[in-house]
Amino acid sequence: MSALIEIRGLTKRFGAFTAVDHISFSVARGEVLGFLGPNGAGKSTTMKMLAGFMTPTSGSARIAGHDVQGDAVAARRELGFLPEGAPVYPDMTVIGFLRFTARVRGFHGGEAHDRVEQALSLATLEGVRHLPVETLSKGFKRRVGLAQALLHDPPVLVLDEPTDGLDPNQKYEVRTLISRMAPDKAIIISTHILEEVEAMCSRAIIIAAGRVVADGVPDELARRHPSGKLEEMFRAITQKPAEAA
Amino acid sequence: MHAILSIARRELGGYFATPVAFVFIVIFLVLQGTLTFSLGGFFERDQADLLPFFQFLPWVFVLLVPAITMRLWAEERRLGTIELLLTLPLTQAQAVIGKFLAAWAFTVIALALTFPFVITVNLLGHPDNGMIAAGYIGAVLVAGAFLAVGAAVSALTKSQVIAFVIGVALCFLFAASAFPVVTDFLSHNLPVLATIARKVSIVDRFQSFVRGLITLRDVIYFASFILFWLVTNTVILEHRKAD
Ligand SMILES: Nc1ncnc2c1ncn2[C@@H]1O[C@H](COP(=O)(O)OP(=O)(O)O)[C@@H](O)[C@H]1O
Ligand SMILES: [Mg+2]
Repeated sequence: MSALIEIRGLTKRFGAFTAVDHISFSVARGEVLGFLGPNGAGKSTTMKMLAGFMTPTSGSARIAGHDVQGDAVAARRELGFLPEGAPVYPDMTVIGFLRFTARVRGFHGGEAHDRVEQALSLATLEGVRHLPVETLSKGFKRRVGLAQALLHDPPVLVLDEPTDGLDPNQKYEVRTLISRMAPDKAIIISTHILEEVEAMCSRAIIIAAGRVVADGVPDELARRHPSGKLEEMFRAITQKPAEAA
Repeated sequence: MHAILSIARRELGGYFATPVAFVFIVIFLVLQGTLTFSLGGFFERDQADLLPFFQFLPWVFVLLVPAITMRLWAEERRLGTIELLLTLPLTQAQAVIGKFLAAWAFTVIALALTFPFVITVNLLGHPDNGMIAAGYIGAVLVAGAFLAVGAAVSALTKSQVIAFVIGVALCFLFAASAFPVVTDFLSHNLPVLATIARKVSIVDRFQSFVRGLITLRDVIYFASFILFWLVTNTVILEHRKAD
């Protein structure tokens, strides 16, 4: 069976600046891919193209076999996407927002209700269900974004910094949640917290200046550096040659 | 269809989530009332019709309709929710139509609340209610035309203020294009444009509705005008959404 996520030669230029430079990789069911790189490396840009939001300059991406540009609606049905910064309509209540996404996804009546309840429980949002999103803390907002991405139980999850702004307990919960869902899904998580990658990712890709500079199992990547630490390895390969030398 | 309706429902709810909607409706009613009764000489005319009411309506719309549409896309861009909205399983055209329908529904609600004018003329005399109904249908179409322009403009920018200003300017252009000042100027300098200007004038078309005349040509004109701007909105979105 082919991979649930397939990225081929994906490139994005902003004027003369190349933000993402011929990135290719695939993610199969059961894999949790940690997508790493320093700020500005092109992680969010890649994810926006994968979600079909940003049009690539060249290259293509497929989700569950559907081209994200040519067959966008079909691709998005199979995708749960948490955009960078977890944007949510501030004037809506948590439950109102989740009902909205359920309706857009075509769930009605009892099924919509069950989906929303399940998403609330997965993201531990039951206590704030009737609060307007704008009154929530950053961590809760991020979990609302996460709940929205999980609501339709999609085979593909693309999560841009899902644990940013969460406290250690919430981070732990999200990691556990992701590890629990991992066997049935193909998941990409961008982060710059390296322990997180070692804790929940079965594979890591490190990008710098828009290019893939490392791709492998986190432990194996860590062993590539004399210190055996992923952090040292990350620093060594993502710093510019001049700084590293 | 469920996608379009979900978007429209959320957006319409968004209008009423804050007091802005009520403030807007009050401003609309006060403005229409003042213009109709004072400037329009509603009572002095001693005629049982709504001509003074409809006379000012398009100009009030020029000012207020862009205030309804300015947030539609600009706010989504500012908040970043556009990324969420446009990665849900729906086409961009569906999102455009859903938002447009919500804004249109809101305007229809505001128009419906002008019913005391209709009651007043009916109490004072025997107006031609068919003519009044035609005027209202025209008003809904004029609102739709301006809303479609305003929504497309809103997709250009993150700033509601800029969306409002450009929206008012464009709507004014379409409303005023048949004014003698404009057409005289154009027929002296650019005769071709003068003919076009007279043809695209929203206010001219509206006048026949107010006189009780609904022609297929006018309805088709409004429908194509709205369609053109909805397509423009979709194209702008496609090219500018991720900027
Ligand atoms: N819309 C845009 N216009 C111009 N430059 C952009 C745009 N979006 C991102 N960039 C640039 O592309 C690079 C990659 O950004 P991004 O993908 O957000 O990085 P990351 O998520 O890895 O921190 C950055 O240098 C950023 O400034
Ligand atoms: Mg980023």
